[in-house]
Parts: sequence; C-alpha cells; structure tokens
Amino acid sequence: MLILHCPNCGVDADETELAPGGQAHLKRFGPGSSDEDFHDYLFARENPRGVHFERWRHAHGCGKWFHAARDTATLEVFATYSAQTTEPPQAVLDAIAARRPGWTWRHES
Amino acid sequence: MSTRIAAHGRLIDRAKSVGFTFNGKPMRGYAGDTLASALLAGDQMVMGRSYKYHRPRGAVASGAEEPNALMGLGEGAKFEPNQRATTTELFEGLTARSQNHWPGLEFDVGAVNGRLSRFLPAGFYYKMFIHPRAFWKHVYEPVIRQAAGLGRVPGGRDADTYEHFHCFTDVLVIGGGVAGLQAARSAAASGASVLVLEQSAHWGGRAPVDGGTVDGAGADDFVRETVAELEAMPNVTLRNRCMGAGVYDHGYALGYERLTDHAPRAGGPRHRLWRIRARRIVTATGAIERPLAFAGNDVPGVMLASAMRDYLVNWAVAPGRRVIVATNNDDAYRTAITLKTSGIDVLRILDARSSGGGALMQEARALGIRIDCGRAIGRVSGGKRVRSVAVCAQEGTGGALEEVECDAVAMSGGWSPVVHLWSHCGGKLIWDEARAHFRPDPERPPRGADGEGFVIPAGAANGELALNGILGDADEAGKTAARGAGFKPARSKAPRGETVEEAPLQPVWLMPRHADAHLRAKAWLDYQNDVKVSDVRLAAQEGYHSVEHTKRYTTLGMATDQGKLSNINGLATLADAIGSEIPQVGTTTFRPPYTPISMGAIAGEARGAIFQPVRRTPMHGWHEANGADWEPVGQWRRPYTYLRDGESQHDAVMREVRNTRQAVGLLDASTLGKLLVKGPDAGRFLDMLYTNMMSTLKPGKCRYGLMCSENGFLIDDGVVARIDEHTFLCHTTTGGAERIHAHMEEWLQTEWWDWQVHVANLTEQFAQVAVVGPDARKLLERLGGMDLSAGAMAFMEWRDGRIAEFDARVYRISFSGELSFEVAVPASQGLAFWEALMDAGREFGVMPYGTEALHVMRAEKGFIMIGDETDGTVIPQDLGLGWAISKKKEDYLGKRAQARPHMTDPTRWKLVGLETVDGAVLPDGAYALAEGVNANGQRNVQGRVTSTYMSPTLGRGIAMGLVLNGPDRMGEVLEFPGTDGKTYQARIVDQVFYDKDGEKQNV
Amino acid sequence: MSEPVSALKGASFDGLAHVEECGLQGMITLRGALSARAVQKAATVASGASLPDANRANMAGEGGLCWMSPDELLILCPYPRAAETVETMRKTLGKTHALAVNVSDARAMFRVSGGAAREVLAKLCPVDLSPAAFGPGQFRRTRMAQIAAAIWMEDDESFGIVCFRSVAEYAFNLLKAAAQPGSAVGVFAARPGAISGD
Repeated sequence: MLILHCPNCGVDADETELAPGGQAHLKRFGPGSSDEDFHDYLFARENPRGVHFERWRHAHGCGKWFHAARDTATLEVFATYSAQTTEPPQAVLDAIAARRPGWTWRHES
Repeated sequence: MSTRIAAHGRLIDRAKSVGFTFNGKPMRGYAGDTLASALLAGDQMVMGRSYKYHRPRGAVASGAEEPNALMGLGEGAKFEPNQRATTTELFEGLTARSQNHWPGLEFDVGAVNGRLSRFLPAGFYYKMFIHPRAFWKHVYEPVIRQAAGLGRVPGGRDADTYEHFHCFTDVLVIGGGVAGLQAARSAAASGASVLVLEQSAHWGGRAPVDGGTVDGAGADDFVRETVAELEAMPNVTLRNRCMGAGVYDHGYALGYERLTDHAPRAGGPRHRLWRIRARRIVTATGAIERPLAFAGNDVPGVMLASAMRDYLVNWAVAPGRRVIVATNNDDAYRTAITLKTSGIDVLRILDARSSGGGALMQEARALGIRIDCGRAIGRVSGGKRVRSVAVCAQEGTGGALEEVECDAVAMSGGWSPVVHLWSHCGGKLIWDEARAHFRPDPERPPRGADGEGFVIPAGAANGELALNGILGDADEAGKTAARGAGFKPARSKAPRGETVEEAPLQPVWLMPRHADAHLRAKAWLDYQNDVKVSDVRLAAQEGYHSVEHTKRYTTLGMATDQGKLSNINGLATLADAIGSEIPQVGTTTFRPPYTPISMGAIAGEARGAIFQPVRRTPMHGWHEANGADWEPVGQWRRPYTYLRDGESQHDAVMREVRNTRQAVGLLDASTLGKLLVKGPDAGRFLDMLYTNMMSTLKPGKCRYGLMCSENGFLIDDGVVARIDEHTFLCHTTTGGAERIHAHMEEWLQTEWWDWQVHVANLTEQFAQVAVVGPDARKLLERLGGMDLSAGAMAFMEWRDGRIAEFDARVYRISFSGELSFEVAVPASQGLAFWEALMDAGREFGVMPYGTEALHVMRAEKGFIMIGDETDGTVIPQDLGLGWAISKKKEDYLGKRAQARPHMTDPTRWKLVGLETVDGAVLPDGAYALAEGVNANGQRNVQGRVTSTYMSPTLGRGIAMGLVLNGPDRMGEVLEFPGTDGKTYQARIVDQVFYDKDGEKQNV
Repeated sequence: MSEPVSALKGASFDGLAHVEECGLQGMITLRGALSARAVQKAATVASGASLPDANRANMAGEGGLCWMSPDELLILCPYPRAAETVETMRKTLGKTHALAVNVSDARAMFRVSGGAAREVLAKLCPVDLSPAAFGPGQFRRTRMAQIAAAIWMEDDESFGIVCFRSVAEYAFNLLKAAAQPGSAVGVFAARPGAISGD
C-alpha cells in the first residue's frame, strides 16, 4: 500500500486513491514508423529490480496524471513529478544519483 | 486436579460470578477470566482434539500463541469457529464447543489416526494419494474433504456489523507491555502523535506477572502510572483489545479491534479494522516462550512455564497440584517459586544444564524445591492428562532413571522475540547465539518511501529479555521513532528496572539430546498441525533441506500458528538433521495477519445494500415499480425488460419489440456516457480519438464514430454531436463513460498537453429518453413545444428547445431503425419527463422497453454492440465498418496498429449475418465447424456467433457472427454445434435483416 | 411546471452524527487556466467568493468556490440561478480557452454534522481528518468507500460532501452505516489538541 505525493494537488495520496499507468517516458510511434519501433512502443517494457519510472493518476483525487521515480525492490520513492515531460527532469535524476551512486538514466554512460 | 486457588488472581473479580457453557455443560467462572482460565479452574483440562491424530489437547499457552484450545464460539448467526480460549474473555452466557472430534471430546473415533501415526508420516498425503490418478477426484478428495479442516463453517448469515477506520499517526506503537508503554511515553514527549495498540484487555504485558521493580516501585504501579500519564496526553491515543495485525508498505498497518466479543449485547460493530498510516512503527510485541521437544509434550497438563505462571498470578488457577518443571534457563524457576509459594507441590525442577542456574535457583532451593541438574524429561505418560514423568539424563538416549507421578508439567525452552510484525514488510533477522533466538537485524529494517527503516523493534521483541534492558531499549526506540517522524525527542532518562540476575541458558532442541526414534515420534514441534521431530527428520532425509520446502511438506508452522511456537524448535531440528547451523537454515516467512482476523472486519461496511455501489438513473424507482427485470450494466441497473403479470421474460421482450416497431416505445437511455469536449483543438483531438473525421462535422449535426485503442482494437462507439465551433458532445456506451473520459484525459495530459481542449463528464447531468417508433413524433408533438418535423430536424441532427415545460436537447438518431428521437432533459426533471411521455403516449399505446428489446432491434438492423461483436481483439475492419474509418487522416489512435501484418491478414474473420435454415435461434457463442482437426485433436473452426436473438419482426432466429472470408461466402450454409447436443445449420446472409434501405428512420 | 427534484429529496438520518441530503444545489464546473484573469473573474463573480488556494474552498453566503484541480474550480450557487450564472460566466470568459458548464443535476450533496462528524467520514475516506490536519476551509477530493467524493468542512463539526447523483443512495446508506449508534471511535474527541508532524 504505497503512499505517493501528487505533485499536481500536493496531497500525499493513499494507493487506493491512485490508478497505476505503467512505465513512464514511452515515445509514441504512429503511422509511418517501423514495425520494430511500433512493436517496442506497444509491447516492450522495462522490468527492473531497482530504479523505475512510472505513470500514476490521482484518480480518486484531482484526476491528474503524474510520474513517480521509485525503487521497485525497496519501494523508496525518489521523486514524483509532472507528467508533462518526455524524460525525467535533472533534479529527479540528481535525487536518484544521490541515493543510488552509479545509476544512470536508461543505461546511458 | 486443575483448580482455583485462594492466592493471586490479579485480573479476576471474585465478587462477580459468570455463567457459561462448554459442550453444553453449564460452568462458572469470574469476571476477568479468559475462557481458558475458567475451564482450567473447573478442571476441564482437555479443550480439543489435534488436527491430524485427534489426540486430546489442553491449553499449552495463555495468550495469542495458543495452538490447541481453539473452539467454536456462539450459536446460529453469531457462531464463529477456531477462536482461542486463551484470548476469549469470559462473559455471561458464553457458549463454547470444542472442535475436531466425533462423536465427542472424550471419545473420538478419529483418534484411531493416532494409533496409525507411524503410517501417517510427513508427506503422507502426497505419497499416498497420487495413484491411481482417477482416484483423486472420485475417491480421495471427497473423503479427505470430509475429514479435513479445523472447526465448522458457520451456517447462517453473520448477524454482526463491522467497520473500517482510517487513522494517521506520527508514531504507531504495537504492544502495550512495559516496552510499548515506555516507547510511547518517550515518543510522545517529543510532541509526535502516538497511537498505542494492545491486543489484550490489559496493559503491562508480562511484567506484572514476572516481577521486578521499576524505579523502586512494583511493575504494576509503573504500568498504572504510565497508562495514566499517556491517557492525559492530548497527542496519545491508547487502544486495548486492538491487535497490530500486519505491517505493510510505506508505513501502512492494520489494527484489529475487537469491540463487542467480550460484551456481545453491547450493540454497535463487532470488529473495527484500523487502516493506519504511520511515519514510524515501534514493534513492542514481546517474546514467546518455546516449548521443549520431549516425548508426550502434548499431553494435557504439559504447559509453558510462563503460561502456568500466568494462570496462577492473573487468574488464581493452578493447572495441577503436583508439578514438575523442566527447563534450560532461569526464567522457569520463577514459575516453580510462584507455584511453591501458592501452596502447590513442585516435585522436581529438571534443569537440562549440568551446572544449573543462578540466583533464582538458589531461591528455589531455599524454598525446599528439589533441583536435578543435567536432567531431562524422557517422556510424559498420560492420555487425557499428565499421569507421570520419566526422568532421564539430558545427554542420553532416554533411559529412565526414575518415574515420578505428577499431574502437570511446566516447560521452558527459552524465549523467542515476536518478530512477525518486523518481518511482514521485509525486515530481516539475525541469530543471537547467546540467547539462542532470532532477533531483528538493525541493519536490514523494512524501508519506507524515504528509504529509511520505518519499523523500530523495542524491548523483548528486540531480544532484550531483562526488565532494565527492556526499558532502556524501549525508551531509545520511542526517541528514534519520534526523530524519524520529524520530531525532536525530549531529553529524559529511561526508568531503571531491577530484576534478579539470570544465568545463561543452554540451547536444548531435543530432550533428551539423543532421544531414540521411538521418543522422537512422540515429541511434538507444531501442536496445531501435528508435526513431530520425526516428521522433520524424515523430510530432511527425503531431501527437503530448504526450510520453506520442509514447512510445506510437513505443514510445520503453517495456518494460524505462523511459527509462533514451532518455528525455532522446528528449524533447529532441521539444522541438526542436515548437519547445518540454525542461521544457515533461516526462518520461514512470517505473513500477516499475526493472528487470524475476521472476514467481517476485512469487508468492513461493504455488505448487504452497500456491498457495492448501484448506480440509479432518475427513473430507476419508476422502473422498479413497473415490473423492471434488472440487468447489471457496469454499476448501473437497467431494465432488461418490463414484466407484466404472468408474462415470461421472452414474451415481454417480444411484446416490447413489436410495440416499438408498430407504435411507440420508450427507453431510459440516461446511462449513455455524455462527454463534453471543448476548445480550439477539440476537432483535432477528436480526429485523433475517433477513426472517422469529426472536425468536419457541422454544428447541429450528429455523426456515429468508432474509437480504438493504440492496439487498433475497437473500444467504444457512439454518436458525436457538434454543439458549436469549439464544442462537441460525445456519447459513449453505458459501460464506457468513465473509461472513455479517463482515456481522453490520459491523452490530453500525457501526450498532447499543449493542445487546448477541456473535457467534462456530463453523463449524469441529463436524463435521456429514446422515443422510438412510427408514432414517436406524434407523441412528442402531443406534449407540444419545439418543431420536430422532418423539415425542421433531419435524421442525424440535433436541436435545443422545449418540449412541454421541459428544457430539452433532442437528437434525431436511431439505434433501432425506427423513427427515433433521443431527448435529454435535466436529471432533476427526468422522472417528471418520463411520466409526461407515458401519459401523453397512452393514446398511441406507448410502452417502455428494456435493453433486450434494444438489442433485438439493433441486431435486426445489423448494428454492432461493443462487448458482443467486439471482445478486445476485433478491429473495425473486421466488422465491415470501413466506411467509418477515414482514409484522409494521417493519424488516429489505432491507425498504425491496424497496418500491422496480423491486422491486414485477409483470413481474419469478418462480420456477416446468419440465418438458421429452420428458423431456430442459434446458440450464443457457438462456433462454425471446418474440416479436419487441429494439433490438439480438436475440430477446426471457421467462425463464431457474436449476437443471436429471436426476431419477432421476422418471426425467426437471426444472428451475427465473425466468419472466415464471410462476406465472400453469401448463401453458404455452416454447421454450429450447440452445447445441447444439436447441430444448427445457418446460412451466411447480409447482416441487415430489416429495412435495408433505412426508410423507416428517415420519415 | 414540473418541480426539479434532488436524488433523495432531502432524506436524513440521526445517529452518531446528523446525516442529510441537502436537496438541490447549484454547481458549475469551470475548467481553464486558473491564472487567467477572465477565468478568475468569471469564478469570483459567479460565486461571490474569493479564489481559493489549492485544496481549499471559500464560502460566501449562498455561494462558494472550491479548488478541484490545477485547472478546475467548482462553483456553488443557488440551484435556480445556475443556468443564468453559466451564461454570465461564458460572457465574462469571452474568447479565453475555458469550459463552464452546469453540473447541478449530475451531483448529490450531503451534510454530516455533529461532534462525531470527523469520525464518520474517517471510517470511509483514506484521509487524515484529525483537527490538526483538516479543518474548515480545506477541501479534499477523495474516495468514500467505493465512490469518488469531495469533502470539506463548513465549520468544526460539519462536513459538506459532493458525489455523483446516481450513487446518492449508496452514499446515504454508507453514511448511515458509518454513523450507526454504538460505533463511536472516540479518537478525535479524545485529542482535540493533537499535534501534527507536518
């Protein structure tokens, strides 16, 4: 039973107020995209033991979507942040790096 | 003899006698008794039969860890099985029944299992019942089901009520013993809000029984003063009879409050489930004494030494008159001393340690108690109660040195911290060699959202067993919790506890150490599940070296015990058998709840009328009063049909269809989703959401649209009305309103957040009535108001206006093929509008119709229904809806997916109409046969029925289905086997059965 | 003229707290950028109340203004005036990108009042309703058992609750169950001065 801070309304929301939305920061591929890109967009998902970026909706609350950066093993929440972004903001990446030295975004070097 | 004594009895009120019955026999106890103490006081030693061997069993413990004394309590609608007699508070009129025997507790036929026990070893059921295969279903399972199970399932509906309560606190303290109270005090001094839960009715835990002083005063005084101090603090809440049942992610915890179990006539809810969020949780859950594993350690009268002390001190009950104490530590001497000073004979203290104990041993010896060091119990004899004990050397194989007659045995194998709540959410344990127990590993706590440990063990639960250590540890735990919750702990010193210094214990996992196979087969590890030392050794011998596998193979520590009594002895036995060390073997997983909680508490208020929400339209009550036969659609209830006196469901549907096609019918369409989409980018947005073009729709017009997921599959359909340049009203299916609203918000918020569009869900703002049939216009004109002539409002147009005195928006759309107007009025006037239509329609023979008539009529017209023709794998192209898919648009949700090879495969089944050769109705969901069989030997298929009805209009069965190359095979006859054994023959036809040119809706 | 009726026509119940359906209540959803002048003006003029901060509601006489989300306000006004108020708001909003729509009939409103009102709500909502954490002026959208609801405190002993009209009967039955006699929890009453860790 997680509790996540909704960055849209500022409420610390009980998991029963929230609806999960799967992996965050997917890039949409539409008409004209390759079969491989489209396949990955639809079906390929990360399943890490550790740092993960997720989409959540404060469904029984302000109704807004947000993103959460969280450790799937320890349930530590590094940050919750706006859903109107295509990748984690630097402040979020910094917050994770401070707690998980050596970790990098999408395995970039 | 087990009797009440004159001394002690701190929890009972001898002035208040309480009557109860046990197996129908009237008995008496005192206010303050538990059921177990009252039974023992009445010399009722046998309290149940064991699960597997049906051996007579008595109480071995005095609290939540009791494995044997499980009973059925109450009667009828108040009956509940498997309640612990040791935690059941006595009240006037209590009725208890023992379990697991037939015909009676004293004589039980099932006890034959005990004599056959050597044929029922670990894994017996797995080994025995695997062959022959067919026997399982027809012979073994029915027989085992009959014999298995603990307690009786309640028959009636539960007469009690239950509820939840959400509670937020800075610090939650679980356990109201001296550790919990001191931790609460030090946490509360910081200003943090503190909630303290105690499972029993009394504060103070074991300390008042065990003795010792706190800051020079008795433990009882310390408890009383601390409780009073906490009660006076505005930031502290104390709850007894409330068990900390489980600890979960992010500081979530469950408290199980038993409100009326001890006072069933009090009224109000029986149990309350506390749903707690705490920043920090202190587990001051104490420790549980371990039994010793010796032969006959389950004979009634053999008891944990601490339990025997509890019965004496708390309830003035002596479970025997001539007692033998067996121990490997100093604490059991307290029991011997208490017995002796209460006038009970203590025949021997058998101390497994060759050098014995410390100061407590001296005290016992000074009282004249005989103490034999290096001695053990070889076996206990007796059936329904202890008769004698064979004394032997601990370092031997069990050869008896003497046989001593006695009527009770107190045993102590040392103490294990209650680590359950620490472990529930992932806290890890370390093995404490000196104290021979697992305790919480401070380096590996369960972690919260901030990455820090959020559970802090305190006192005995943290491995501190002496009073002073407990108080100091608890004081620090309270401060740590307050700090973790963001408060500054007050500067204060822990109270000073004083108790007698104790000598170290010596681990004893089997008594005597080299007990032979015969003795091992009678030495119980898990009373509740009837697991013995021999079972665990057998499991080890057969290769079950993992403790988790051994647990499941032998059932050690399963069910309600959750390892409370059996855990350490069991895994020590396993370690010994496989030649490993205890820390390497490790423990099994502790799962919540700590002790079982009622199903009612979990359900809370959600039962009866509020089991789940039922959504009601403004006309719901009218439907109810006029014969509605309900159909659940999402959380709505919609009339399936309106039954008249003596009419069958089928006849009612046929009547409603005929009347609507020939005269006029009314449908409550209020449940259809109505989503208002507004903004400069609304048209562009809807072009992405629908497969067809919506941005070109003119204000005042309507268009039918299809919505797909990114996977390309059809998810919803409905009519879109353009209100003005920037505003559209999108109708969804009844079940789709919330889902499609969320779908729109998701795309707007997470993908196209720079588009200027707002969405509002207006589904419930309007009551909507479909007025359908050749007389529909006449009916509305009778009410008067706006011009609804064909010239004023063409098919697929909408207008605002007034009908009679109602503000109305009228959509001229048709899902039946008839002349049809869907009229939306404010929900608060929905019922009045409906009644006005019924009144005005009387002369035209108006009738309401339900969802089934709606389905029949749409199928006659060949219209698809989401959920019938679609099932999450169907794309619009499969349904011949290519006309509703824009070729001009570059993109819409699902377009790319519909270009995937699987989606463009010409062999995808396509929608057609199906007409039985003999006019019968095809079975729903039936498959069309094809030649040959597949790899599994199943008949190949080439299509299936998606909708099928009796059409009163055509006087025959009609259907739609998805068929391989269907549209190219008009006139072909397919075979559909039904589950009724018949095979139906149906011809592929056009799916529009009625008014193919659409003349009727266009008048 | 047919009289408009609310979902439960003012039904009420007395238990631990007084529970009543409030009858018809004018409600207008306003979506738009809350920083936009026109949006602010439309909202404040329509309700007669000042613009609330996040998670708050401002009441003024028969009107009120509730913060629903970063781009949504709920305007409370007398029921008979809702339709004309929406028209006025639309004029005020002009060409500003915003949505104002009458939702009075889509909702039901309840009042729970009395000393145990906090407890009654805390049985149903996963929200900290202790006096230190929630008081008059605050507004919270949440879950009430199995339905969506918005709650706020009118004074220290009474809550306003809004839910969808179709589930009004469920909501009323829920509140009645939570307020059943003999089910007092006694937590908030016992600690009026509780200190929050925030």
